[in-house]
Amino acid sequence: MKTIKVSLKYPLNSITTPLVSTLVKKYNVEVNILHANISLNKIGTLIADITGEEKDIEDALDFIVKQDGIRYKIFSNKLIWQEEDCVHCGACTAVCPSNALTMNKETWCLEFSKEKCLVCGLCTKACPLNVMSLQA
Amino acid sequence: MKKTIYEINERIKSGKAVVFTAEEIISVVEEKGVKKAFEEVDVVTTGTFGPMCSSGMFINFGHSSPPIRMNKVWLNDVPAFAGIAAVDAYIGATEQSERLGMQYGGAHVIEDFIKGKDIVLYAESYGTDCYPRKDIKTTINKYNVNQAYMFNPRNCYQNYAAATNSTDKIMYTYMGTLLPEFGNVTYSTSGELSPLLNDPEYRTIGIGTRVFIGGAQGYVAWEGTQHDPNQERLENGVPVGGAGTLALIGDAKKMSSRYIKAAIYEKYGVSMFVGVGIPIPILDEDILLKTTVRNRDIHTLLVDKSGKEDLNIRLNYEQLRSGVVEIRGKKVPTAPLSSLKFAREIATELKSLIQKGEFILTEPVEKLRTNGQRLNKLEEREVKP
Repeated sequence: MKTIKVSLKYPLNSITTPLVSTLVKKYNVEVNILHANISLNKIGTLIADITGEEKDIEDALDFIVKQDGIRYKIFSNKLIWQEEDCVHCGACTAVCPSNALTMNKETWCLEFSKEKCLVCGLCTKACPLNVMSLQA
Repeated sequence: MKKTIYEINERIKSGKAVVFTAEEIISVVEEKGVKKAFEEVDVVTTGTFGPMCSSGMFINFGHSSPPIRMNKVWLNDVPAFAGIAAVDAYIGATEQSERLGMQYGGAHVIEDFIKGKDIVLYAESYGTDCYPRKDIKTTINKYNVNQAYMFNPRNCYQNYAAATNSTDKIMYTYMGTLLPEFGNVTYSTSGELSPLLNDPEYRTIGIGTRVFIGGAQGYVAWEGTQHDPNQERLENGVPVGGAGTLALIGDAKKMSSRYIKAAIYEKYGVSMFVGVGIPIPILDEDILLKTTVRNRDIHTLLVDKSGKEDLNIRLNYEQLRSGVVEIRGKKVPTAPLSSLKFAREIATELKSLIQKGEFILTEPVEKLRTNGQRLNKLEEREVKP
């Protein structure tokens, strides 16, 4: 079993295949949607963790690209937080779309949840001290 | 019964001063009552650690041989103001590197200097009879310059408007990244721990007050730029808008890079986190009571940074710190920009210095203005050729 993080770009035209349920039913993978922004006549994005056997994940990705105009990107990066240089100001929490970066309401220290991170990189730009970076 | 700063200092010198931070004092007064607490408490310490653009450092480099009257100066490729005496310069926190732009600025030079690193000094001159030299390139550091003192024209804004963005485009501002369609709200304050919110009418903090700045001891030099005490105030004296500010001075050679940090705000520019702690001598019950101000009793306005909408929304810091506020029925996440963790560390550090007798309080030589001139706008007038 392994888990990959993927970002799917949906095209402007509508997709008629029920994508996620097909992945689950036919390809035997688990899909954990982390972020979705899909609406009619707009380019949409869906970010998800896909968990399953290596072969099943491969087949699932093959199936995804056969859909009309959907493209995927596997996140191979991870977010590196240089905690010792962080001043815990909270500026990164303003842009984090998945609440992976939050302020502890007691200590007012920054907390980072790797599981929730979409590796979108928004925090790397929002951080005034440059302590967030993406690493391949 | 009133106390004097002299009496409090005597207790500090004998190691007997009773000191609390502005967060701790809230429960102390709640438990003991104002009268009893006033008898016991000598000093309340405050702290703040936020980006303060209006900061910079004067340096005197010493004279070279042959000497130069520097009229243009760069430090690590960042221009410094040299329109003063021959080897004096002022490096402003927000000034940007000639080659690297906003990736490296005056604040980085100051932070590197405080760390004891070598800084490349390049200076040019037109050459004079008494200062014949026309350029010089060398390195300087905090051990070989004569003076290096931070002089920050505006620090410690008493209160500050929270920011949001009504447009459909992301905005990159000095209040952080503001997401479209009221996607977030940012705010910058240490709230109930903040210096001027604990002495809202400037009864003890004035010109000459000794302060903790950047890890060293410095002073309030003047009212800060844009000091505007005539703001609307709540019954507790706390202003709803910006109001008071402080100009601070302190020896940069004695500062610590833990409390001075360069900052870059994306697509905006360079700023500098400055750590400031100010002690409040508890001279009477009213001064004590004012230090018990709570986040819920400190209000600020929410401003649309695009300037497109007048939101007319007032929030208190308990709401802002809760993580979510409501704008026109929509729940919007909030994020701080100043570090409360470091502000607490500073207030606690200052408390410890006072307890150990290493930080003596001063009487202001002059009060800060509590009324008078309001903020002027910059008018565009016709310029005659």
